[in-house]
Amino acid sequence: MQNILDRRHRKDAAIEGRSRGKEREEVMSISKLRMSSAAGLVFAATAGTAGAQQVVIWCDVNGYGCPTLAPVVERYNAENPGQTVVLEQVAYQVLLESLPVQLESSDGPDGAIVTDLGGLSRYYVDLTDWVDAEFFESEYGQTLQWLRGDDPDSTAINGKPSTLTVNGGYVNLTLFEQAGVDVPEEGATWEDWAEATRQVAAATGTDFPMAMDRSGHRFASLAISYGAELVDEDGNLVVDDALRDAIAQFVEWHRDGTMPMDLWGAVGGATHRELFTDFLNADTVMYFGGSWALNQVDREVGDLFDWRAIDAPCGPGSCTVMPGGGAMVAFQHSAHPEIMGQFINYLAQPENLEEVLAASVEIPASATLIERGVTYPGASDRTQEALGTFINQIPKMDDAAYRFQGWRYQRALMNSLTTRISQVLNNELTVDAAVARIEQDVTLAIEAAN
Amino acid sequence: MMRKGAIGGAAVAVITSPARAIEPLMYGIQRLIGIKKMPWVFLGPNLGAVLLFSLLPVFINVFYSMTGSDRLFPVDRPWVGGRNYETLFDCQSFLDPSTCSRDLFWRALWNTMVFVPIQVICMIGISLITAICLNRNIRGRGFFRGVFFFPVMLSPVVVALIWQWILQRNGVLNGILTSMGFDAVNWLVFPNTAFFWTVFITVWAHMGFFTIILLAGLQAIPRDVYEAAKMDSASHWRVFTRITLPLLRPMLLVVFILCVIRSVQTFDEIYVLTGGGPGSATMLLVQYIYETGFAAQPRNFGLAAAASLLLGAALLIFTMLQLYFSRKTNNG
Repeated sequence: MQNILDRRHRKDAAIEGRSRGKEREEVMSISKLRMSSAAGLVFAATAGTAGAQQVVIWCDVNGYGCPTLAPVVERYNAENPGQTVVLEQVAYQVLLESLPVQLESSDGPDGAIVTDLGGLSRYYVDLTDWVDAEFFESEYGQTLQWLRGDDPDSTAINGKPSTLTVNGGYVNLTLFEQAGVDVPEEGATWEDWAEATRQVAAATGTDFPMAMDRSGHRFASLAISYGAELVDEDGNLVVDDALRDAIAQFVEWHRDGTMPMDLWGAVGGATHRELFTDFLNADTVMYFGGSWALNQVDREVGDLFDWRAIDAPCGPGSCTVMPGGGAMVAFQHSAHPEIMGQFINYLAQPENLEEVLAASVEIPASATLIERGVTYPGASDRTQEALGTFINQIPKMDDAAYRFQGWRYQRALMNSLTTRISQVLNNELTVDAAVARIEQDVTLAIEAAN
Repeated sequence: MMRKGAIGGAAVAVITSPARAIEPLMYGIQRLIGIKKMPWVFLGPNLGAVLLFSLLPVFINVFYSMTGSDRLFPVDRPWVGGRNYETLFDCQSFLDPSTCSRDLFWRALWNTMVFVPIQVICMIGISLITAICLNRNIRGRGFFRGVFFFPVMLSPVVVALIWQWILQRNGVLNGILTSMGFDAVNWLVFPNTAFFWTVFITVWAHMGFFTIILLAGLQAIPRDVYEAAKMDSASHWRVFTRITLPLLRPMLLVVFILCVIRSVQTFDEIYVLTGGGPGSATMLLVQYIYETGFAAQPRNFGLAAAASLLLGAALLIFTMLQLYFSRKTNNG
């Protein structure tokens, strides 16, 4: 830690020195530019920004995002005069689609909270010089590796994981109670859940038994629990019978009305879509989304009905869900990677991290906080219990789920899954043709990237 | 030497006093290059802008369509020749998209070829009817003109979101239907109804613009022609077909061209409303290009560039045909 502080002081001194140099240059410039008032105005405009060392971080509104980070950023700015960290709130779709294009043209923010951890790895800057590398390694080992992309030998610290998220289901207990159907226990299969929720929906007149976000990431939970490998140890795509079976089962659930067509059927392409309002309005008995929605469920459902998070439904392969989460990373084009590094190091300190996590009601990615637990002061008992359920899924996660999450071409496969499954649902493809198309899409994407 | 000095002096004068200096400057240039080359001096700036902002991007696009990798800068992109075009044209039957290696490209192409004529016919037809109605001396004419033009001012994303709220399973339209005793319909789940609504919404959103153009055209038709027809007891249909339509033809041509261009470019509303679904029922070519080049990860700029050039080539052929027929009509 002392090394970090020494390094930080040296950096601060260097930054201060550079600032003084800039001031001297500015004074000289002023005397030269007095001759032209128009040029003087231009100088005034640029001199105002030259002294400020500012970094811009993009984040969205959900969970561990701009609103929950704001107090920590404010404190950091107050404690570090001369440095300004600015949070710029953008839509999640902007982080998914616009940010990569900007990064490719060496433009965009200095940092961002991203979820395509491996896919954007070539744009990250190594922050090792400005963070406590040992501390980061011990706290965030798994996610740090995801951020390193294809390089297994890399020791770079490219960012700080924001939270660990877990896919998972929410179930309306009140509807189960009204229907007089027992809630499936831990170890229940996807088919058990489908059967039980169908009974509940039929008895209570609920629109749909089950629903799942239109997301390749969510579908991967089902596929891997059915035994799909998706990616092998060497990082190659695996399209196997288990994936085919999972798609076939998923399609059948849409055809027999177990799942609504609104999400996967009505939408095309790689579009991500959620219909969590169906669960909030008690229009579906079980909703498969993720741990990041906990705060919303707690806030919006309130006492309208009883609900709980469920253990990962099992398939023939395993009882797994997908790990997920984002990371705050800094980009190579940043003029001030040192500020990004110092801020990320500041944010990683347990007291700061805990504050953001408590506000966002999300699962920590930090080993210490997972072990110690986080107190969520504003969260209800039901939410605390649901968080516990989600955290309990972490040890059960299949290796394939971890491999897929860190795979560089994860998004190519996820986009293909959503597109092709929707085509099957609309009779444009058969299941077998869809599986062949998925393999072809990802192969072409990998070729394009290389 | 003398000439160069004069031009230099004129150039200084342009900065200090532009209005007085332009004449000697032009005079100096004319003496230097001769009167025959003077048009190039006037054309030069515009020509430069066209080359830089229109032609150069086309050539860059041609280059990108023949390169691979997901890197943006040309130096990072390896040459692959016609492989992207081969990929797009790798079909057993061009009439059956499912036999094509890039089936979504062909589905999007067929969708575009169906969408454009339907949308253009609906747009021009409805805009014309609306313009004729608004051209009559009806009460609240100004208000109705505003009502029809209002959607044009909305952002396409806002238009799509408004209609999503109306059309979704628990949306406003189904609320109205069920309150009247009808069954709710999941409008965006079925390919045919989803396609219908994409046409309807895009027409609703843009018809105000074309209505205004046609209204201007209608108001430019002299009143006395109609009065003469009235004195001859011509029927409404005869007046419409023999007077209104022929005199409105120049405006209709403008509307037609603008409408086709806008229709081929349709993207935002449909992308937000259906994302190209259900399946690929409403995916148009521009969406395919966008998804391939920008939304996909890794981004396939080469394939997207090839697809966009093919779209450009199709539009060029269409434009030439349209110019040919419009000239023929004018001459005939």
